[in-house]
Order: sequence, then C-alpha cells, then structure tokens
Amino acid sequence: MPPATPQPNVRVVTLRIDGRDVSAREDETILEVCRENRIEVPSLCQLDGLSVWGGCRLCMVELAGQGRLFAACATRVAEGMEVSTNTERLRHYRRLILELLFAERNHVCSVCVSNGHCELQALAQRCGVDHVRLPYRQARYPVDSSHEMFRLDHNRCVLCTRCVRVCDEIEGAHTWDVMGRGSDCLVITDMAQPWGASGTCTSCGKCVQVCPTGALVKQGTSVGEMVKDQHFLPILARRRHLA
Amino acid sequence: MNLDDLDDLASEFRNAERDVERELRVCMAASCQSSGARPVFDSLEAQLKTDPHPGCRLKGVGCMGLCSAGPLVAITPPEAGIEEGLLYREVKPEDAPELVASLDGPPVEHLRCPTDQPFFARQQRIVLEQCGRIDPDSFEDAVAHGGYAGLVRALSELTPAEVLRELTASGLRGRGGGGYPTGLKWSTIAKMPAGQKYVICNADEGDPGAFMDRAVLESDPHRVLEGMAIAAYAVGANKGYVYVRAEYPLAVERLTTAIRKARRAGFLGGRVADTQFAFDIEIRLGAGAFVCGEETALMASIQGLRGQPRPRPPYPAESGLWGCPTLINNVETFANVPAILRRGGDWFASIGTQGSKGTKVFALAGAIVNTGLIEVPMGTRLRDIIEVIGGGIPGGRAFKAVQTGGPSGGCIPAEHLDTPVDYDSLKSLGAIMGSGGMIVMDETSSMVDVARFFMEFCMTESCGKCVPCRAGTWQMHALLDKIAKAEACRADLELLETLCDLVSATSLCGLGQTAPNPVLSTLRYFRDEYEAKLQGDPTP
Amino acid sequence: MSLERAKPPLPDEDKRWKLVNATMRRNGYADHALIETLHSVQDAFGFLDETSLHFVAASLDLPLSKVYGVATFYHLFTLKPKGRHSCVVCTGTACYIKGANALVEGLRERYAINPGETTEDGHLSVLTARCVGACGLAPAVVIDGEVLGRLDTPDLIERLDTLPDPEPTPASHRPPTTSH
Ligand SMILES: Cc1cc2nc3c(=O)[nH]c(=O)nc-3n(C[C@H](O)[C@H](O)[C@H](O)COP(=O)(O)O)c2cc1C
Ligand code: SF4
Ligand code: SF4
Ligand code: FES
Repeated sequence: MPPATPQPNVRVVTLRIDGRDVSAREDETILEVCRENRIEVPSLCQLDGLSVWGGCRLCMVELAGQGRLFAACATRVAEGMEVSTNTERLRHYRRLILELLFAERNHVCSVCVSNGHCELQALAQRCGVDHVRLPYRQARYPVDSSHEMFRLDHNRCVLCTRCVRVCDEIEGAHTWDVMGRGSDCLVITDMAQPWGASGTCTSCGKCVQVCPTGALVKQGTSVGEMVKDQHFLPILARRRHLA
Repeated sequence: MNLDDLDDLASEFRNAERDVERELRVCMAASCQSSGARPVFDSLEAQLKTDPHPGCRLKGVGCMGLCSAGPLVAITPPEAGIEEGLLYREVKPEDAPELVASLDGPPVEHLRCPTDQPFFARQQRIVLEQCGRIDPDSFEDAVAHGGYAGLVRALSELTPAEVLRELTASGLRGRGGGGYPTGLKWSTIAKMPAGQKYVICNADEGDPGAFMDRAVLESDPHRVLEGMAIAAYAVGANKGYVYVRAEYPLAVERLTTAIRKARRAGFLGGRVADTQFAFDIEIRLGAGAFVCGEETALMASIQGLRGQPRPRPPYPAESGLWGCPTLINNVETFANVPAILRRGGDWFASIGTQGSKGTKVFALAGAIVNTGLIEVPMGTRLRDIIEVIGGGIPGGRAFKAVQTGGPSGGCIPAEHLDTPVDYDSLKSLGAIMGSGGMIVMDETSSMVDVARFFMEFCMTESCGKCVPCRAGTWQMHALLDKIAKAEACRADLELLETLCDLVSATSLCGLGQTAPNPVLSTLRYFRDEYEAKLQGDPTP
Repeated sequence: MSLERAKPPLPDEDKRWKLVNATMRRNGYADHALIETLHSVQDAFGFLDETSLHFVAASLDLPLSKVYGVATFYHLFTLKPKGRHSCVVCTGTACYIKGANALVEGLRERYAINPGETTEDGHLSVLTARCVGACGLAPAVVIDGEVLGRLDTPDLIERLDTLPDPEPTPASHRPPTTSH
C-alpha cells in the first residue's frame, strides 16, 4: 500500500469495532483506529512511521459479511464496517502464529539481553502462549558481533523487516535487506558481509531501536538490559507526513 | 486499416503460397524437440532436396497435442487440420526417405497415428485453433489464417465500450486459476481515470505439470499479442509486458520474434493498424520463483524487486505497476479474446456450461496413455477426458485419482469421475480448475506421498514474507514426512489439520492460502491411507 | 534515471562486460532493469560473483543489499560457478509420479552431492527443475542442455560416467575474480 498522502478533503466514516461505534478518517487503517480507541490488537511487523509490511499476520481481524480475514494494519476502514478483533478463532490463530515463530528460530529468553523488554515475549504472554507444541526447526544461525556498537543474532530474528524499512525509509542508507527465501531468509547488511565491514552503515542505531526482539542489540548489554527507544519514530513520521 | 484491407493482406499472403498443394508439418514445440524433432526436420529437408516435390512445403509448426507420440509429422492439404491429413508418430530421421516417397504413393502404415481417434475427434479448439497448423515464426502465416482480424475489427468497427460489452457477453473467465470474470476486470480498469495504464500477460506458468501456456506461446504467439492489444484498446493502456518464466527459452524466442514482426508490420507500436491507437509490448523474464505467478509478486518482479506479494486491496486494477492501473490476465485468457472479437461474445457464450463458458486447455500427464495437450468444452466429464480422450491408464493398472490445479489444487477420486469440468464443480470437490494441469495417478501412487510432494513444493517456493506460510509449510511438511514414514501418532495428524486451517485462513497470498489444499483433499478422499500410516504401515 | 550519474568503469578487460552494459543501456539504466541485467551477467559468465554484483549495483545506482537480496531470491540465479557438466533432474509432478526421486537418490549415492551442488573436482553439477516441459517423457533429465526421457538410475549414471573429461575450461567458467 502506498504511504498515506494527506488529502485535502478526507471524509470521516463511522464503523463498529468489537461492538463499539467509532469514527475515523477514511484514509486510516483498522489498526490505527483501534489504537486511537485503545482497542488492543496484537501486531509485530507494523510500526508507526514505517511503510506497511503485512507479514506477521498477528493483526488479523474478522469483518462482518466477509468470509476471509483481513490484516488490520493493511486494511483501510470503510463506512459501516463491522470489525471483530478478539474472537476465539482469532485468539487461537494468534497463539499458533506465535508458536510458529518460536519454533522457527531459537529464542531462549532466559539468556537474552532483551529479556523483559521483548515484543515477542510480551505478545506471547498477552496471547497466552505458555508452551510451544510444535517441534523446533533446530536450524543454527550465526551471531554477527563485528560491528563496534551493535550485534546481530539471527537466531532471534522474526523477519519482520522493521530494520530494513527504518534503514531505507528513515535513515536513507539501505544497508539492510533480506536474502534468500522461505524460512531460510536472513537479514543482511550490504552483500551479506559482516556488519562491521559495511560501507553504507552510518551507525545510527535506528535498526537496533526498532527491532522487536533481541536480534539487534547494543554491544555490551547483559541479560535483560536492552531497552529499546523508538521515540524518534512518530516524530519523524509526523514530519514526513507534513512535508 | 479495416477488415477488408486485412483480408486483402491475408489473401496476398495466401497467394504467395498458392503453388503449395500439401504441407509437411513437423512439430517443433518443446516436447517434440526434446524427443528429437529437429533432426527429423533436417533430414526431411535434405530428403526433399534429393527427391524434390515442388507442390509440397516443409514447415515447422507448434504443438499438435499428442506429445507422448512425438516427434509428430503431419502431411495435410494447406489450410487443413490434421484430421484431414495423415499423422505420423515417433518419426525418426531415417524415416525421411520413406515419408517423402509416400507423398506420391500410399501412406507409411507402420508410422501412422490415426486421427479419427477420440483424442482428436473429441476436442474443440478455440485457443489451440492454429496450434500445429501455422509456422509460429511466420507473421504471414498467422495473418493468412485469420490472425489480427479480431484486433482490426475492434479498432475499425467498435468503441472500447463495445469491446467491453462483447467481452462481458462472452462470459469469459480468467484461465490463470482464479476464474475471475474477464469482462468485469477489464471494465474496472477502463473506468479508472485516463492516464498511464498497463496490460500484463501472466506467462509464468509455475504449476509443475502444466504446459498449456508454453504450448500456446510456442505455437501461436501472435494470438496472445493480438489479445493483449485488444485488451489495451478496451482499457486505455499503451504499454504491455509479457512476464515469461526463463525456463521456457523456446517460448521466449518465438515471442521475441513475433513482437518484432508485429511491430514491423504495424500491428504494434505508435499507430497500430494505421489507427490512432498506440500500444507496444516488452518481454520480462522470470528467474525461477513460483510465487511470481501471483499478480502482486509478478509486478514486483517486473519492477526488479524480490518477488514478494503485498496485501490487496489495493488491487492491481487500481494500483499496479508503478502505482498505475494494471490489467493482468493469463496467456490462455488473452488467447481466447481474438476469437471472441472475430465471432462475437454470444457465439462464445453458447459453448460450455451455465457458469463457465468456452473451452479449456488441459495438459494431461502422469499415468495416462495419451500425454499431451487437449482442448475441450467446459462441462466435459472428467471420465471422458481421462478414459476416452486420454486413452485410460497404461499397464492394465487401475485409476486412483486425478490431480488438478497443481500445488493449490486437489486430488479427485474415481467416484467423482462423472463430474463435469467447470470452475464451480471442481471447487465443490475440494480441487480447483487451476491453470489446467491434470496429473493422473494410478493405484501405485501413495496419496500421503503426493501430499508431501506438494507441501515440499510450497515450502521451497514460499517467499518468506508472512509467518503462517513461511513457518507453517515447514511444519506441515515435517509432519507429512513423519506420517509418510509411518512414525507419526494421532496427535500429529490433528496438528496437521490445525495448521492447514491456520495457513489457509491467515496467509498473505494465494500460495499460502491454498498450500493446504492437496493435504485437505487427500484427507477427504483417502483418509484411510493416512490412517494406515498411523497404524505403522511403512510401505511407501 | 539521472543522466548525470557517472557510470562505473568496467571491472576488467573481459569483453563480456559489454554485453552486460548493453542490457543496462537498453533499459536506460533504470533500477527495474536489475533482474534483466542479472540474467545477462549469468548468461555471459555462468554465475554471479561479487565483482559483477558490485558492478551492477553501481551501474544501476542500487543499494548492495538490495541487489544481493534479489540475486538470492530467484532460484535460477547462482552465486557459485557451475561444474563443467550439468545434470538437471526434472522434479515436476509428472516426473515425480514416475520416479524422479529415485534418480536424485541415485545421484546422491554415486557422486555424494545433493541437488544444487557441484562435485569437488568441478566435473558435474546436479540440479533439479520444476518441470522442464517434457512430461510425456517422464522422468526427464537434461544433461548439458540435452533432454533425455524415460531413464532409470543405472542408465543415467552410465551416461554421466562417460561424459568427456577433462576438457578445456568453457567460456562460462571464469575463475572468480576478487578485485573491486
Ligand atoms: C502462488 C500463485 C501462483 C500463480 N501462478 C500463476 C501462473 O503461473 N499463471 C497465471 O496465469 N496465473 C497464476 N496465478 C494467478 C494470478 O495471480 C492471476 O490471478 C491471474 O494471472 C489472473 O489472470 P486471469 O484472470 O486471466 O486468470 C497464480 C496465483 C498464485 C496465488
Ligand atoms: S533483525 Fe529485528 S527488526 Fe530486523 S527483521 Fe529481524 S526481528 Fe525484525
Ligand atoms: S503466503 Fe507464502 S508466498 Fe504468499 S506472501 Fe506469505 S510467505 Fe509469501
Ligand atoms: S501487524 Fe499486521 S501483519 Fe504484522
């Protein structure tokens, strides 16, 4: 979806979310309207100020009269829409998706510097994932500590591409991208060289701050110490919006 | 240019050939080439030099359909179909003297392939009308056989709105798998404000076991270009792309030639057929990614990006290539259009069933006597396709299932063989029409194994963007593997079904949404095979 | 598509870079020509090495990571040199039904390589393809571009074992260059 451009005459629509009547600008997404109204919808890949990705599928919601589900982060509101964000079916799917993520790589929270400040962990707690029924994929990935300030641990990456998008859309460096396909996808810097050798990285650290997990962290932090600071994002987003 | 001018041109091309009494046609499509058609052609050519037959023209043509009997050679009067001539099967270069000698005498009986058999007699050809009759590299041959008449009629006699009306009346539905009404799709794009618009032909044909689109591109490329140009006129586009998979070098080569010749003849470019209408076409190559058949991934690939789908809406009709309104149709969909414009939407709508009009091309493969390409009216029963046209199962084995729709489709068992083939009835059986691949399986195939095969396909083709498909196909494949090896317990089967539901409901694009279909359909009809595996039956 | 931007110099004297440049020029050095350009690099050199990816990225003014991401997304692109001979086993549905897996297994046993790999001496690459379009001849194998149908494992191995070797390094087998 192209980034929302401010329109001179955006209409206001009314819709129902979980039985509540709410109003919204018609260029807003369902997820944005939920946030404004303090209706909590789990999300992982979406981040205010970055383009829509639609990959994690945690924000799926039901729309009355529609057989299929919709990603709230990628769906615009419409007049008269009836949205359900928290049905038993959706909760079941969300738990399974989180289990799939845990089983795909290797997230050992007890030794992670992001322990306690990790969005994946928080989502698991909120959605009631207390154990993972699925077998682990057991693929081992390297840890890249070559950068003097930051560290990348592929084993904790959920491939949300927030780092790729912030680096391209906000910092303008496009150091990051994704290589490969399927579960073998890896985030890479430049030509998949060690991060420390990157000729394009400005060491701004934005990727580290937006990473939802302990995949991107500051060097020298110990277990549970890595707290992320994303305050630059909404400000930048607003500035971009007005420009 | 109007239809009379085109007619004059066509007669001129036919006149240039008026000394030809007979054509010696050699199939030069990919399948016959891989069984050795090129040396056959060369030795026929050499033989005609030593034993000249002035009234006979040697011609390389496209697919004649019966690929399993290739290399195929037909001797026919000009302008005639193979039913009116002689067809020879499994021809070898050393047969050339005998074949050439037979031009003045009786047919070569030991090579003959009867053309009154149901394989030929039961077909109805619209899309494949000229396949195997014309020389795909010859613009003149295409025009002499009615090529571009649909386009010229549209440009000289109809407004874009009238073309849309004709299309809507025809009831044509997309042949790429989804079956979306083509007239409706075109109208949506036509309604978008004037400006840059694109037309894309989806020739990615990624289903393993499907080769309909390739055959059309290799045998009659001008028909596809003509269909695209008509579409462009109707929706107001001036630029088109054909996205072809790079695994089809011959199709790419013939398409390139066709575009060049159509351009030179003024049927593509700044003033199409001497009118104000401008339209040109470029080829873009895929690079081995099944997901690039999905329309948003395909557009990303044309733009030089990783072929990853994006959420829809917005649909390509609204925001497609570089954000412009874009029409995407399948090769076969476009190939139907010239005939509709030539003969009218009502004529087309008189063929087929209530909800599915016209014909469908199928690629028959697997455990079946006649492997190859067929075109039948919608509504033909599966049994007729497999037992009558396809000639049944070889080796005296029993039929077990037919797989339609490739990795997004399902397996249909013997008890449903009397189902008429159309979009809706196949869907109700848990399979889909898909693009037209039909793989027949006999009693020796294990359905758990088939399900595992397709899941492996989806797993390696998953683009990796969304979690349910990326991680879910891996899990489902692992479970199927465990079941196939008879190492699974009942809880594994339940988990498999749970994941099927998750992946189809929450995946971002059609690949993930339909990846569970082969599992679901084999579970529906062949659950006993899964059960046997749970009981520890290790036979493959 | 800025006309001002200076184009990078060709990596070396090799004439094949001219072909690559021609593809980019034909597309006006637009960023969307990336896949077409990678095709032409692979056609010319047989595979995509670091030098060529750097060159393409600089010429089209694209980030390195993006070029690498695209090159690794598409299975037809290969970043490693191929063997002197190639054997592609079709694993499309029809070939699968008719026993393509046994062929792959047989090759694994005989040469100790998986699909996508090359023997250590650079003699043979084994690949798989999703449908080479010879479903009527299933199971089909393509050896050095020639399609062979209805082979069983012993036949196939015999054919591969009798492929000529050693032979002069073909044009598509450029030793990887490291200068950049
Ligand atoms: C994973 C996936 C693969 C697809 N592959 C093809 C393909 O190879 N050829 C094709 O024509 N359509 C393919 N489609 C369907 C296209 O997305 C699209 O619907 C179609 O090209 C529209 O054309 P039609 O309306 O003429 O059918 C695929 C869809 C999905 C989800
Ligand atoms: S490194 Fe972090 S931000 Fe980047 S894709 Fe992985 S989890 Fe997302
Ligand atoms: S469903 Fe699969 S192929 Fe489609 S976007 Fe998701 S991961 Fe990619
Ligand atoms: S937040 Fe909507 S798909 Fe990730």
